[in-house]
Amino acid sequence: MTPLPVEATRLVKTYGSLRAVDGVSFAVQPGECFGFLGPNGAGKSTVIRMITCTSPVTGGTLRVAGMDVRLNGRAIKSLLGIVPQEDNLDPDLPVRQNLEVYARYYGISREAAEGRIAETLALFQLTEKANAQVDDLSGGMKRRLVIARALVNDPQILVLDEPTTGLDPQARHLVWQKLRMLRSRGVTMFLTTHYMDEAAHLCDRLVIMHRGSILAQGNPHDLIRDHAGEVVLELRLDADERAPLLGELAGVDGVAIEEVEDIAYIFGAADAARRIAARIADPAIAFLRPGNLEDVFLRLTGRGLLD
Amino acid sequence: MTVRPDLSIGSYRVWQRNRDVTFRLWRTEFIGITVEPFVVILALGLGLGQFVKLGSGERYVAFLAPGLLAMFPMFAAVFECAWGSYVRLEMQHTYDAIIATPVSVDDVITGEILWGTTRSVLNAGYILAVAAVLNPWLHMIASPWALAVVPLAVVPGLLFSAISICFASVARAMSQFSYFFNLVINPMFWFGGAFFPFDELPRWAQVLGWFIPLTHVVDVYRGFIRGELSWSMAGDMAWVAVATAVFYWLGLMGMRRRLIQ
Repeated sequence: MTPLPVEATRLVKTYGSLRAVDGVSFAVQPGECFGFLGPNGAGKSTVIRMITCTSPVTGGTLRVAGMDVRLNGRAIKSLLGIVPQEDNLDPDLPVRQNLEVYARYYGISREAAEGRIAETLALFQLTEKANAQVDDLSGGMKRRLVIARALVNDPQILVLDEPTTGLDPQARHLVWQKLRMLRSRGVTMFLTTHYMDEAAHLCDRLVIMHRGSILAQGNPHDLIRDHAGEVVLELRLDADERAPLLGELAGVDGVAIEEVEDIAYIFGAADAARRIAARIADPAIAFLRPGNLEDVFLRLTGRGLLD
Repeated sequence: MTVRPDLSIGSYRVWQRNRDVTFRLWRTEFIGITVEPFVVILALGLGLGQFVKLGSGERYVAFLAPGLLAMFPMFAAVFECAWGSYVRLEMQHTYDAIIATPVSVDDVITGEILWGTTRSVLNAGYILAVAAVLNPWLHMIASPWALAVVPLAVVPGLLFSAISICFASVARAMSQFSYFFNLVINPMFWFGGAFFPFDELPRWAQVLGWFIPLTHVVDVYRGFIRGELSWSMAGDMAWVAVATAVFYWLGLMGMRRRLIQ
């Protein structure tokens, strides 16, 4: 039996008195895209740093491709392709040489690297930029180059830390398209994000993380169905105006209400929600929409993902 | 995390990276590196050298030569491993990118020091050539032993690369390098036994001089350039070896603490 790409059991990481990662357990299956969704500071990047052997594990166990991160740092890193949150391309080297020098860190011969680099540059639409300076690339191109760089060693697992943070929508979609293509080629991916649309787009399975702990895990559809329901009603009314409506809903079986500032979210009462939306007939006040991962997070924590 | 350095061929890969970058960017550095030695050697040799008389009767230019030949490799190492390393560590996050591969932090630091040392040796070769060109006028070099300064540049190269990277590992801002330069490197430049002989100074100054790393390097250089090898040079080499090892180790620990959290 081949070992799991990543397997964590009661994984803990503390910085002084702060428990950045507080006993999380999860397992990534071969060929899947596994996501960590959570707000900034949830502990996602810390998990990544432990997987990539650049942050010592405080407690629990963490195995990558069956190897203990405490003991096999070099061997594990040779199997990983890493896309860090911040671009750390080598600005002293032009595009192609960035990849050549990087391949050398993995001990890949010049001849072996050459074909792979040409192929990867083509795949990420960077062939024309092969001799350009890194500083002259756009944000989206830099991101694509960082992903291309992570593939030079033909990794078993691609680890991406917030792959599209800071990109404009067009560049994001291009990066997503490339990642979906890699997924369809069977590349195992582990990614963190605080964008719920990114998680929904790319992940076969994900965990929702908050303050160092996992709140829920599963595939995005199941999570939405179980925690948010198919239909969510948003009521954008002042507290005293929405009170009678909420009173009306209070008796409905299975209903859940989350009030965040000037919006009340109504979950799990599809029929009643549709009735109210039809009666008010103004989507600026009563907005009926499908449930999403943001709702799941809201249900589990009582707060928004991006605060 | 072990006390022993965790080294591999990765050190060499880091050295290769720096070599490639330097040879790609050599044009931007070329003119400064080419012209500076002429300026310094002419100013100190022709200018200062004409007016200073030593108690021992030795010509000042001949006294000065070993110090100058040791100083240039020192500066080469300092620039590479203090400023250069800090830029790669903190501005460019080059180290973060490298340690995500099978190359360890210790490999990175070792590769950086080896490259700083390489720069010192290349630099020494060039300075010796300049001194040779100017020799008909300045008579800085008296013995073929002077050729030894090229391989000998490994000594200040390793020592000052290690000292510099040790500082880079604890520096919190680029501006702090002015402290390093003004409080460490510059005093060493003036008091490191290059410009005046220590044996004519009071006892306390000689004791103080013993603690200055450059003093020992200059002593070794002086012995080789005059062609007068002595046992005290072995003592100087031992001093440098111990200091290099200590700063290397401190640099490793500092960088590990900084990069592995």
